[in-house]
Amino acid sequence: MAQMAAEGNAPEILFWVGCAGSFDERAQKITRDICKILQHVGISYAVLGTEESCTGDPAKRAGNEFLFQMQAMGNIEVLNAYNVKKIVTGCPHCFNTIANEYPGLGGNYEVIHHTQLIQGLINDGKLKAEGGESFKGRRITFHDPCYLGRGNGVYEAPRAALEILDTELVEMKRCKSNGLCCGAGGAQMFKEPEPGKKDINAERMTDVLEAGAQIVASGCPFCMTMLSDGVKHINKEQEIKVLDIAEITVLANGL
Amino acid sequence: MIGQVIFIIILLAAVYLFGKNVAQVRRNILLGKDTDRSDNPAARWKIMAKVALGQTKMVKRPTAAVMHFFIYVGFVIINLEVLEIMIDGIFGSHRVFSKPLGSLYGLLIGGFEVLALLVLLSCVVFFARRNLLKLKRFSGTEMTTWPKSDANYILTIEILLMTAFLTMNAADYKLQALHFGHYVTAGSFPVSALIAPLLPAGASALETIERGCWWFHIIGILAFLNYLPYSKHFHILLAFPNVYYSNLEPKGEFSNMGSVTNEVKAMLDPSFVPETTEVSRFGVKDVTDLTWKNLMEAYTCTECGRCTSVCPANITGKLLSPRKIMMDTRDRLTEVGNNIDKHGKDYIDDKTLLDNYITREELWACTTCNACVEACPVNINPLEIITEMRRYVVMEESQAPASLNNMFGNMENNGAPWKYSQADRFNWAEKE
Repeated sequence: MAQMAAEGNAPEILFWVGCAGSFDERAQKITRDICKILQHVGISYAVLGTEESCTGDPAKRAGNEFLFQMQAMGNIEVLNAYNVKKIVTGCPHCFNTIANEYPGLGGNYEVIHHTQLIQGLINDGKLKAEGGESFKGRRITFHDPCYLGRGNGVYEAPRAALEILDTELVEMKRCKSNGLCCGAGGAQMFKEPEPGKKDINAERMTDVLEAGAQIVASGCPFCMTMLSDGVKHINKEQEIKVLDIAEITVLANGL
Repeated sequence: MIGQVIFIIILLAAVYLFGKNVAQVRRNILLGKDTDRSDNPAARWKIMAKVALGQTKMVKRPTAAVMHFFIYVGFVIINLEVLEIMIDGIFGSHRVFSKPLGSLYGLLIGGFEVLALLVLLSCVVFFARRNLLKLKRFSGTEMTTWPKSDANYILTIEILLMTAFLTMNAADYKLQALHFGHYVTAGSFPVSALIAPLLPAGASALETIERGCWWFHIIGILAFLNYLPYSKHFHILLAFPNVYYSNLEPKGEFSNMGSVTNEVKAMLDPSFVPETTEVSRFGVKDVTDLTWKNLMEAYTCTECGRCTSVCPANITGKLLSPRKIMMDTRDRLTEVGNNIDKHGKDYIDDKTLLDNYITREELWACTTCNACVEACPVNINPLEIITEMRRYVVMEESQAPASLNNMFGNMENNGAPWKYSQADRFNWAEKE
């Protein structure tokens, strides 16, 4: 972004990578895939790179409003300095925080999640599912991230990216507004769970198995970690793949 | 004449007592902090019509939804008949609407009877679901003796009231056929005609039954009215304002604390002068730190347990139960209210909602997934109470779990919840 600004250019959209997308190895791949999609359709975009900082989401959900607002105000200062108007995020938590909680602190942007970007490109005919891997005959299900689905009512965008594939989209018993959390939200990602009978991601695996899915799609780096661990937990790593909507789009188009 | 006087005294006493109890509940709710829910009245009326009046969130569980709908419609419509009973009671008339309404009256009474039967059957099924089938949703740590009895009292009272109503009609129907006294031929009795053969044939016995049921039914209703403020059944009234004052923002959005904004701004810019310097506690330790909306929700909760049955923490055996959060809030608020009545408004006992009612283990088990908020048929938000209590624990006490304190430290120092350097934030671009 700094480079573009120095050259006097303004990108169409700012890609907010997020902490997981920046540091988590698996999520880094998804970050690069989102970039591939942006390049493929010719959208000019920028990232903040080292100027990006955590949105403050996990601090806020854990009750540390001070830290959240410190993070938020720092980020808003950077975003406003670059006169950013439109943001796409690779994470539902960043999406929710910037879209809903930054406006009250002086950060007003049009914010979309990357599955909404993909849905828009499909609707405009700019993105198809051709030239890449075929998903024919593979049962795909979508795990709704809480902060995308219930949190913001985005249920159809990620499914639009799956519906154009040459395959069957199956729903789990608990889906859409009834979707079961992966267990990572509310800062649970950063602590051990409280004592109980089992872990939440293990509970979610019963839905995955019941749906007979071979691919579990999601749109959140934290769900990705929890679901991948869940699949490992039931020893089904060979049979069941966990993929982000961006990864599936890249595979289907051979990008 | 003496009957009329007794009726009027009972009616006035019931209305007075109910008014007094409602005023007390209102006083308790207003112990909460202010929050503005007056915006966008058009959207609020709409959501109330849809969710409260139309019960759209009930349909996720169709069996319960259908039976609840019978009881709800029955309750609302049979109230027209209660109006007639009231007028008859005050003026000593009998079936006062029968003349002015003509043939429509028969249709109405017939309709009431069918509804009464549906209410009765639904209550019997609900009773069986709780006590014979023992549905999991109706158990749990918070479902102690009182909540279980409360539910059974409500169902039993409704079954008795409907039985009395139908028996009263059956006796009336038989008296009409005998052309006895003032029992003019009026109404149609599709349901009670079926139970009429079970009643005695003698006119005076029938009259005793008819009068007995009439008094039992109306006194029962007035007593039930006064039971409401002590019971989970209060939802039949509070559901409407509670849904009207729903949160209209996306569920993922948590409030930004204005008091914190002031401090953060002052920290970033020493010349910043906050507009108001209201000294208040960060987050929630006791019920009086909650907003009036949180407190209204506590009184609205009917303990159906839809929230708890979809809570990922509860499903996997953790201590957290969103229903318990609401029930604890109401219990503590009732306690605070009783203290005020007994010892005056400045009385402080040594208890708080945090620790004495809700434990930290419960608070930290929440994934903030909003499943409980989505599931509630009357738009109650247990998550807000959980988050506010976390805020107190973290910001006033610095008592977050150690691993979360690590996460906070990382975020403060590196701008990420993990221990990675901010300088490495763009490294993803160099890998393939």
